[in-house]
Amino acid sequence: MSVDIHLLIGGEAGQGLVTIGQLLGKALVRAGHEIFVSQSYHSRIRGGHNTFSIRLGEGPFWGPRETIDILVALNAETVELHRGQLTGQSLVIADSAFAPGLEGTISVSFAELGPEHLWNTVALGLLGKILDIPSDMLYQALEAMLGKKHPETLAENREVMEKSREWAAAHVPKHRFVLTGGVPATDRLLLNGNQAVALGALAGGLKFCAFYPMTPATSIVLELIAHAETMGCVYEQAEDEIGAINMAIGASYAGAPSMVATSGGGFALMAEGVSLAAMTETPVLVAVAQRPGPATGMPTRTEQGDLEFVLHAGHGEFPRAIFAPGSIEECYHLARHALVMAERSQSPVFLLTDQFLADSARPVAPFDIATISPVVAGDAPSAASIPYQRYRLTENGLSPRLLPGMSKHLVVADSDEHDEDGHISEDHGVRIAMMDKRLRKMDILKQEVVAPALDGEKGAELLLVSWGSSQGPVREAASFLRDKGRKVACLHFSQVWPLVPSQFLDILQAAGEVVCVEGNATGQFARLIQREAGFAVTRRIARYDGLPFTARYILDRLESAAGMEGRI
Amino acid sequence: MTSIKDYGEYETAWCPGCGNFGILNCLKKALVACELAPHQVLLVSGIGQAAKTPHYLKANVFNGLHGRSLPVAIGAKLANPELTVIAESGDGCMYGEGGNHFLAALRRNLDLTILAHDNRVYGLTKGQASPTSEQGFMSKAQPHGAFAAPFNPVAVAVTMGASFVARGYAGMPEHLAVLIAQAIKHRGTALVDIMQPCVSFNKVNTYKWYKEHCYELGDGHDPTDHAQALNIALEFGERIPLGVIYKQEKPLFEDQFPVLKKGALVGQEVSREGLQQIMQGYL
Repeated sequence: MSVDIHLLIGGEAGQGLVTIGQLLGKALVRAGHEIFVSQSYHSRIRGGHNTFSIRLGEGPFWGPRETIDILVALNAETVELHRGQLTGQSLVIADSAFAPGLEGTISVSFAELGPEHLWNTVALGLLGKILDIPSDMLYQALEAMLGKKHPETLAENREVMEKSREWAAAHVPKHRFVLTGGVPATDRLLLNGNQAVALGALAGGLKFCAFYPMTPATSIVLELIAHAETMGCVYEQAEDEIGAINMAIGASYAGAPSMVATSGGGFALMAEGVSLAAMTETPVLVAVAQRPGPATGMPTRTEQGDLEFVLHAGHGEFPRAIFAPGSIEECYHLARHALVMAERSQSPVFLLTDQFLADSARPVAPFDIATISPVVAGDAPSAASIPYQRYRLTENGLSPRLLPGMSKHLVVADSDEHDEDGHISEDHGVRIAMMDKRLRKMDILKQEVVAPALDGEKGAELLLVSWGSSQGPVREAASFLRDKGRKVACLHFSQVWPLVPSQFLDILQAAGEVVCVEGNATGQFARLIQREAGFAVTRRIARYDGLPFTARYILDRLESAAGMEGRI
Repeated sequence: MTSIKDYGEYETAWCPGCGNFGILNCLKKALVACELAPHQVLLVSGIGQAAKTPHYLKANVFNGLHGRSLPVAIGAKLANPELTVIAESGDGCMYGEGGNHFLAALRRNLDLTILAHDNRVYGLTKGQASPTSEQGFMSKAQPHGAFAAPFNPVAVAVTMGASFVARGYAGMPEHLAVLIAQAIKHRGTALVDIMQPCVSFNKVNTYKWYKEHCYELGDGHDPTDHAQALNIALEFGERIPLGVIYKQEKPLFEDQFPVLKKGALVGQEVSREGLQQIMQGYL
C-alpha cells in the first residue's frame, strides 16, 4: 500500500496552528512529497477548537481522511474530540496532562521544550524528526515566513525547534509512519482554493475588487490586496455588500474588469446588484464561498447549500453562468475563465466555492502565464457611430460596449427598461425587444459551457455525480471501489449553470445506478438535473453537518459498498 | 469651447413648475463654466424624480438603483480618475436608502460631486415623508404627521469634516449655478444640498416658504472656519443659510493607488512578470 499518513494538529485559536501547518506543508512539498492540507476552525479569535490537518505521502490526495495516524495535541480538548478517529496504531503526541492513560501516547512536556507562545514551534520540531524532514528545509520555511527582519525571533524559534527535534530523537520509538520516495524540488506551488481564485482573477485581467469582509471569502480579497500594487489592481472595503457590488459595477462600466467576493449572507445583500448588472449589461464576477446557512449559520464550516440561491438571485429574468471549481487548479482556471465570460456576455457571472475548498491546499504545477489572454474591457470606439447606442439591438444580443470618457461617444446605461439609446422607456414593444435581446446572450454562455468530466467508463454499474468541491472525495471513493473490483464512474460538473443536457444525459441513462453526492440537505443539484434534463436522480448522498465530504463518509452511505473496510 | 447647446434639450417627465427644471439648467451652466465637454462628464443617479435628471442632458450616464448612486460613482471614478463624476439624486435616495453610502463617501473623499435635490418629500411614490421632512409632515403614510426628527445633511457633512459642503436653492438659479461649478472644481467630495419645492406633494415647503426662510451667506462667513461652519450648519428652521458653508483641502482617496496616477485602468496591461513573481512566492 502506498504511503498515506494523516497528521492532525489541534489546539486553541491563537496557538499558531496555521503557522506550523503552513511551514510543515511548505517543507513537505519542497521535500517532494504529496500533501493535502485542510483546516477546521471555530468562529473566534482566541480559544475554541481548531485543527490543521495534513494528509501526506505518495498521493496525490484529493481530500481529507477520517482516521488519524499522528495526532499532535496542544490542548486536552484535541485528544478528547479526536479520540474516536484514532486507529489503535496511531501515534499521539501530547502533554501527559492532556492524554492520561491513552495508549500510544508519547508524553511530552511542552513547557520544558519552549515557552507557551512557541508550543507550535515545539510541535514543528517534534514532527520534523518524526517524519524525518531535513532540519534545514524546515528552517528555510521558517525563515521565509518570519523574514530576516527579526533575527532574535528567528533564533529563538530555531533553538526551540532544534531542542524539540533532539527530544524526539531520544524519546519517540521507531514507528510505521515513514515517508519514502520524495525527491526534493522547488517547482510546485502550495496554494489553497482562495489563493488560486485570486491568482486566476489577476491572470484574467482583474483590475478592481470591492468587498465587505465575510468568512470564508475574505482571504480571496486579502490575497488580491497583497498583490494589488504589483498588478495595478484597485480595491476597496465597502461600507456593506450593497456598496461593494455597486462599486464593482461602476468600475466595470468605466472599464475595469471587476469582482466581488462574499459568502451567502453577504451575497443576499448583493442580489439587487446582480439584477442591476444584468439590466445595465455590465460584466461583473461574483465569487461566493459557501458556508452553512440559513442566516449566520456556521460561519467557519462548509456546505454546498447556496446553489439554488445563486442560480435565482436577482429580480427579473436574465442570463448568467455559474462555475463551481472542483480543485485548486480549477479555482485558478475558472476564475480566469469566469472573468472572460462576464465580459464576453456583458453579464453577471458567478464562481461558487465553499469553505472546504477555500481553506484546502495542495501542491500544484505552476500555471502557464505566457499563454494567458486577459480580458480586454469594452469594444473599440471605432465600432460605433455617433450618436452611440449602448443597447443597439443585434442578432446575438451583444451591443458594442463602449467605455465612458474614452472617446466622444456618450455611454448611457440604465437600470430602468430602456431604448437602444439607454434612456428610460415604458413602451411595451421596446420592452419585449430588449428582454429578447438580453436573453439571446444565454446562447453565448451555452456555447462555452465547461462540459462535465467523466472519470471512468460510460455504462458503469455505479455512477457518482458531483459538483464543485465534492469532486476529490468522490473520486477517492470511486477509486477505492474500483480497487475492490467494482465498475464505478464519476461525472463531475465544474459548471452548474447553464446545463446542456446533450453533454451528459446519455451518460446518466447508460449507468446502472446513479447517485448524486452533494453537500446540502435537499439535493439541489439533483433537482436541477431533473428540471433541465428530465432525468430523475433518485439516490443521493447528502452532507450538511458543516464538515466536508470524505471518501469514507461516501462509502459508508453506499449500500453497494457495505462491509468494505479500509484505510481511507 | 463648450456651450450650453452642447448639453442638449430633452422632454422631461417632471410636473410643470418642478424645482428640477431650475436645477437642470444650473447644472448645464455649471458644466459649461467648468469648460467640460459632455464626454468628459459622468452623471450617476439612483431612482426618483431627481434621479431622472441625467437623462435630460448630454453626458455619460449611469442611472442605477435607488440609493446606490454613490457606490457606482466611486467605482467608476476609481476605474477612470480622469472622468468628472457627479452623483445626483433626491433626498430619499441619497440620505434615506443610500444613507450608509453617503456617510462612507464623505469619509473617503474621492474627487467627486454630490448633488442632492432636497424637496423634503417622496415625489415619485406620491407624497410620503422623506428623511428631511419636517416633524409633523402629514401624508397618507404618516397620517398623524412624521414623527422622526429630520436629517440635517449639511450639519452631518460638516461634523464629519467633509471636504466641501454647500446649500443652494432651486429658486435662486444664478447662485446655485455658481455653487455647483465651485463644487465640481473642488478637489474632493463636494456636497451641494439643493432646497427644492415639490409643487405636487409638498404643500408646506413651497416657493413662497423658501423665499421667506432662505438667505445668502455673506462675506462675513469664513467657510474654512470649522466651528463657525458648524454653527451655520445647525441653523435650519426659521432661517436657512445658503452658500458654501464649509470647505477644506484633504488628501484624495484615489491618490493612495499609484496605478491611478497613470490614468484610466482600462489601458493598462496585465503584468506577466508580476504574475510570475506572485507565483514564485508560493513555491
